[in-house]
Amino acid sequence: MKIAVLTKAIPSYESSIRVDSSGKWIDESVVNYVVNESDSYALEEALQIKENIGIETEVVVVTLGSEANTSKVIKDGLAKGADRGIFIKNDSVTTDPLSIAKLFSEHLKSENFDLVLSGLQSDDMGAGQTGVLIGEMLNMSTATLAIETQAQPDKIKVKRELESGWFQWVSLPLPASISIQSGINEPRYPSLKGIMGAKRKELNTYDGSPENQSQNFVNLYVPKNEKVTEKIEGDTDTIVSKIMDVLKNKLKVI
Amino acid sequence: MILVVLENQRGSIHPFSIEAVAAGQRFASELNCNLGIVCMGEKVDELKSQAQNFKSSQLIIAKNPMIDMYSADGYSKVLSNIINELSPKYVLMGHSYMVRDFLPRVSAKLDIPFVSDIISVDFNNGSPLYSKQVFNAKLATSIELSSDQALLSFQSAAFSSDDIENGSPETEIEFDVQISDQDIRSESEPEFQESSSGVDLTAAELIVSVGRGIESEDNLPLMQSLADSMGAEVASSRPVVDMGWLPAYRQVGSSGQVVSPKLYFSVGISGAIQHVVGMKGSKNILAINKDEDAPIFEIADYAVIGDLMEIVPKLTEEINNSK
Ligand SMILES: Cc1cc2nc3c(=O)[nH]c(=O)nc-3n(C[C@H](O)[C@H](O)[C@H](O)COP(=O)(O)OP(=O)(O)OC[C@H]3O[C@@H](n4cnc5c(N)ncnc54)[C@H](O)[C@@H]3O)c2cc1C
Ligand SMILES: Nc1ncnc2c1ncn2[C@@H]1O[C@H](COP(=O)(O)O)[C@@H](O)[C@H]1O
Repeated sequence: MKIAVLTKAIPSYESSIRVDSSGKWIDESVVNYVVNESDSYALEEALQIKENIGIETEVVVVTLGSEANTSKVIKDGLAKGADRGIFIKNDSVTTDPLSIAKLFSEHLKSENFDLVLSGLQSDDMGAGQTGVLIGEMLNMSTATLAIETQAQPDKIKVKRELESGWFQWVSLPLPASISIQSGINEPRYPSLKGIMGAKRKELNTYDGSPENQSQNFVNLYVPKNEKVTEKIEGDTDTIVSKIMDVLKNKLKVI
Repeated sequence: MILVVLENQRGSIHPFSIEAVAAGQRFASELNCNLGIVCMGEKVDELKSQAQNFKSSQLIIAKNPMIDMYSADGYSKVLSNIINELSPKYVLMGHSYMVRDFLPRVSAKLDIPFVSDIISVDFNNGSPLYSKQVFNAKLATSIELSSDQALLSFQSAAFSSDDIENGSPETEIEFDVQISDQDIRSESEPEFQESSSGVDLTAAELIVSVGRGIESEDNLPLMQSLADSMGAEVASSRPVVDMGWLPAYRQVGSSGQVVSPKLYFSVGISGAIQHVVGMKGSKNILAINKDEDAPIFEIADYAVIGDLMEIVPKLTEEINNSK
């Protein structure tokens, strides 16, 4: 079986996110890039499928972006146990899900993957579309929000999260593209041996910039406050006494 | 033409669909065109009877046993056919889990862009700009489209169901659904709920809710002590549950519980929309976060900017001393 795992480099949650001078993108120089959260669950799911399915299986990590932002993502995937990497080098700001999916499909098509696993949503763009778009473009069956999988050589059964506490099992024939919800498993840490071995693994690099993007950012801005918010700042003692005042005198909850 | 596609949610119309109808009526009036409302698939007759109360130009009914049960293949095929036949400028839906599951397929099939999870629209004299949250809600953006047609989905509350103009559709058509066995590759089992044996957070008056900012499971007892000092229940964001630090029934948000306590005391939570929808109805929101730009502060009544590891132990001690 051949499994592709899409893993995206996104700004870590601690990174400071500032709009750059163009007003249309962020200042990447002050950002620390890490693996998108649901993608690390997708990679772990792929590795577990490989370990349990009982047929020879190859796991390939796939990423698209600039070299500076993504190099850690590929290394991390290979160190955790992926067999090979595909890097689609794109230095331009790409904000259009259709263009991104076309780039992926173009470079993944000839690989004939049985399974494409992706994260449910990228925490930076938040389109929540890429895995399904690729599925349609490569004529695969698709399912989203998977929180459990049971893979067999020719089909996969997934438990999907629905709204308000409901679930559903769906069986799909392969090839399939499945987006993974966070919490599905416990992502592993790379071992020292894995980290050493990663350097020797194969990495295919392609150039790929989008032609015409149909969705473009006109501007980026800091959202406005919806409420009148009272700020509580200062040293710890000041903060604590101000919170005490709120809890005791304003809200009367203690 | 503008099309709004309705979704069934276990027997009645999905609340997001009602907001999408409000959006559709607004689009139709701003852009001066017709509004069609599509009822397709699951429980189509119930959807239809609801849709007959909304003012629209046309009701489009797509009925077929093959789509009586939802499937991404079936729905994307049928909706694509409807779009091909009617050539609407915009197709509008709520940003539900079902829309996440099948609408991208329509986008790829027809090569029409899909702007998902929109929070507001600026009609901009006929060439709309769509706002959405990006970078984990720390920033927002306005998106411009270079195409003639688009699929759009709206975050809850982007449009209000209060603005709906009641009335009835001027015409009604049955759409001739062409679909066969081979089109649907997946097999779906019945939907089910998992029994939750946990606490009912919806009844709690005071909630201390912890996020990834507490950094380690080892810090949970500190948070529990803060909750105990006030007689509050402990709740959390999704990552805390995903990492196995707390059981799933303590999760607040779109895939957890929806709470509205007198005080929601949030500790180390960034304020992603999927969390916020579960707690924005709280009477008072106090949030501790070390990042003064954290989106949770946009909806907080009290924004405490500081390190939770320093504040929480001292605060707990003060509360206990004050008794
Ligand atoms: C379909 C879907 C459904 C989802 N359902 C839910 C749901 O039901 N509930 C939910 O919560 N999420 C849900 N999510 C996930 C959601 O998008 C966010 O990823 C999640 O809410 C983030 O959790 P968090 O705020 O704890 O973590 P983060 O976003 O990582 O934020 C941690 C915060 O802690 C702060 N911090 C760190 N250290 C300190 C310190 N020492 N002192 C003070 N502050 C500190 C940081 O500044 C940061 O703001 C869902 C996502 C999707 C796509
Ligand atoms: N540039 C990228 N590189 C690698 N994977 C990506 C990229 N963009 C999207 N993906 C994958 O698609 C998922 C959904 O992304 P999105 O549609 O942007 O919300 C992510 O969780 C990733 O698995």
